[in-house]
Amino acid sequence: MLSSQIKSNEIVFGSCNKDFLEEIIFYGIGLGADFVEIFIENTDNSSVLAEEDFITSVSPSFGRGAGIRIFKGKKDGFVSTNDLTKHGLMRSVSQAIEMLDITDNKREVFNGLNEHRDYSLSKKKWINEVPSIHEISEKLLVSTKSLKKNNKIITRKGSYSRNLQEVIIASSDGTYVSDIRLHQTVGLNVIASDAQYRSSGSRRFGSSGMPNEFRLWDHEKSANDVFESSMNMLYADYVDAGQMPVVLANKFGGVIFHEACGHLLETTQIERGTTPFENKLNEKIAHESVTAIDEGISEGSFGSLSVDDEGMEPEKSVLIEDGILKKFISDRAGELRTGHKRTGSGRRQNYSFAAASRMRNTYIAKGEHSKEDLINSISEGLYCKSMGGGSVGATGQFNFAVEEGYLIKNGKLTSPVKGATLIGEAKEVMPKISMCGNDLELAPGFCGSISGSVNVTVGQPHIKVDSITVGGR
Amino acid sequence: MNSREITTQISKAADFLNLKKWDYGASFSNDYSVQVDKGEAKQLKASQKQILTIRVWNQSNLVGITTTSDISESGIKKALKQANIASDFGNKNESTEFSPLAKDPIKDKEVKKRNPVGIKKLLTLLREAEVKLIESHESIKSVPYNGLSESFFERVYANSEGAFRSYSKSQAALYLYARAEEKNKKPRSSGSVKLGYGANDIDIESCIKEASNKTISHLNYSSIKTDKYLICFSPESFLTIINAFSSMFNARSIIDGVSLSNKNSIGEKLSTEALNIYDDGLHEKNISSSPFDGEGTPTKRLCLINKGRIENFIHSESTARIFKTTPTGHAGLGSKVSVSPDWIVVEKSEESFDLKTSLDHSTYDGEFVYIEELNAIHAGVRASQGSFSLPFDGWLYKNGKKISIESATVAGDIKYLLKNIVNIESSQEVTTSGISPHIWVDELSITGDA
Repeated sequence: MLSSQIKSNEIVFGSCNKDFLEEIIFYGIGLGADFVEIFIENTDNSSVLAEEDFITSVSPSFGRGAGIRIFKGKKDGFVSTNDLTKHGLMRSVSQAIEMLDITDNKREVFNGLNEHRDYSLSKKKWINEVPSIHEISEKLLVSTKSLKKNNKIITRKGSYSRNLQEVIIASSDGTYVSDIRLHQTVGLNVIASDAQYRSSGSRRFGSSGMPNEFRLWDHEKSANDVFESSMNMLYADYVDAGQMPVVLANKFGGVIFHEACGHLLETTQIERGTTPFENKLNEKIAHESVTAIDEGISEGSFGSLSVDDEGMEPEKSVLIEDGILKKFISDRAGELRTGHKRTGSGRRQNYSFAAASRMRNTYIAKGEHSKEDLINSISEGLYCKSMGGGSVGATGQFNFAVEEGYLIKNGKLTSPVKGATLIGEAKEVMPKISMCGNDLELAPGFCGSISGSVNVTVGQPHIKVDSITVGGR
Repeated sequence: MNSREITTQISKAADFLNLKKWDYGASFSNDYSVQVDKGEAKQLKASQKQILTIRVWNQSNLVGITTTSDISESGIKKALKQANIASDFGNKNESTEFSPLAKDPIKDKEVKKRNPVGIKKLLTLLREAEVKLIESHESIKSVPYNGLSESFFERVYANSEGAFRSYSKSQAALYLYARAEEKNKKPRSSGSVKLGYGANDIDIESCIKEASNKTISHLNYSSIKTDKYLICFSPESFLTIINAFSSMFNARSIIDGVSLSNKNSIGEKLSTEALNIYDDGLHEKNISSSPFDGEGTPTKRLCLINKGRIENFIHSESTARIFKTTPTGHAGLGSKVSVSPDWIVVEKSEESFDLKTSLDHSTYDGEFVYIEELNAIHAGVRASQGSFSLPFDGWLYKNGKKISIESATVAGDIKYLLKNIVNIESSQEVTTSGISPHIWVDELSITGDA
């Protein structure tokens, strides 16, 4: 191959860099590293913001960088740099070795890199297939115009962002991989106001690896949805606080499982000793109606990937099956430090983060009930149609804002309520998920954690939680 | 390339591309950090990072922007070209210009720049801190979240009219979050964060003591009954609330329709006359201070609330022009220039006659809830609506006893909160995000499990 003949003192994207990368890895192993990993990326991003009837921001960005990770025993040193020359990368390796204070004479064997696994071949055309700034701007403006449905809507926004990331991953176990990742996301937001009343509505959509997806986005349907949500909530009363049964809607309702339980099933939490599920493998941790999955393979989903950031193809991991804990989400360091096998979940925001065990597309599997079955089973409770963000404390307590909520009375949805938050702990709430609907849907999101912000999908069917603390006024 | 060379390079490339008007902001940093796990080094990190943001004005005076980490000659040319293309989509509805203050003299502040102590020293210091924290109480079993870091960075602003500003400094941070466990009880966790100009400036002992005391003080916990309570906000938690609702003072948010204030809100009474709030990025206690903002405007002290009334808004160049005033040094360089506060200082004014001065967190023996720290701000604050519902760490003081509150939220409305301030204690405390005394608020809703 012509590309294999390229000799350079700097990484060349789109070419074979095998000799170059082997030289860096040999250098690290020669200095006493047990394991050397090189992650190199080249990014081409852009974002567009429409406010009211104007494009108010167009922000392109591009960049390159490398992250070098060295393991010695269970310790690791990580160095990131923008200098992709051979000298720059070797200096980073030296720095990582020096940080780890490697002094022994034991030397691992590096047999060179395996055959190049190039996942990018069919993806190189993507950059030419994604919509142009002009096309994006036009559609965003049509979208924000669609939000102008009455004079109570005082703020209208549409936003789009596109991240194109080209990666090269090589490590001393022979891994040599290239890939191109494309993520697009588009969102609509409104604020409605009438006298002293205010409400907001927002929806976000996202895809991976589908350059045409933005063109297919049904902006009119999205605009109707956001408008309707803001109008429903405009005159809503504050919810009364208390313990009550709740029904959580499908799609983004899954954020609670993601935050409250999913993170506790990442091996980074075992490493820290902060998960109550550490010694619960093959034990019942949830109601038998709950089966939960984390995978990176659903075509087009926001958390899908051809290969993780450590060069492993993602697997479909059944985390909980009929209430029984079956698996943890693991990366290379997680396998090394906790013994749980890698699941293709080593992920990072960019080259400046070391990969960590992170969720991908995480959802509760569908059950057999209709949404109405769940609501009809409650005499007094809360229906959480749309969830906002949330967080989980260091001891596992979670807190989530309900963006759009309705009271349930005698098995029927009644008045809208605002200001609700759901408060609890995963190990106490998971056994209380007593009914799962048959309407599983996924929703895109961004998850921030130890290795930065990564694209994920959350999801679930409608689920019923028998009792949970609802914060209000 | 150093910052002068980059400026020259941008100037040459802009000339070549026939771009007459441009500016840029850049940052260059070297960061080092360590984490430990029961005496062992866990992850050691070093990073060298550079970020360059270039704006260009096209012939129609529309602005385009590009950000890159590639500051090679070719990277700079590419960035200028992309910014020029982006300028075709520049905001026709709101123009952007250079800050009229971008060449004004900068108020001198002594720059305390330290030399790196190195990864090995950081590791030694953190290991020792972890051991001491675990040994400080038998219930503290681990320090799952910990880190010690030092950063060395330079920030630059320059434009085609000859403005050039640059400063470099160092900063170090230590955080220790301990986890305490006792039989038949839920694990409890709390911690402390300390900043310094360098690792040797950080008061490690007080960080250990604070993390230990806070964690231990939560060991005896109980649920709280859902009700309205008299609340005492710690300095840190009150600053968290003020920062979360800083859109009330933010001209950008007002123009965008996402603020509770409007253009005519100057003079509006928000709170007791005893309350003064300033933004003071150059305060001597602010370790993260910057002498100029993203547009090169000098940073300065600005009164936001004077005797309970809104006194000023914070501005960028374009919002200041719209409001017919001058930029205040709060801009962040971007395609759409952002505006944000630097460092909030809360004070008791001279008009403090209506305060209930008997309310003092260290002596008051009536029933109240002490909020030590507010959590999940990104999820629980609706800044555009003025409402909040936030989980917190704190205690219920009742019948002379203090008991940690398990899993509760405080909810309310920021305007209601400010109007219901019943005392502002006299002594201020320095935190990582500003300075404030303890603030007492009457009748806020708490949701608990009891």
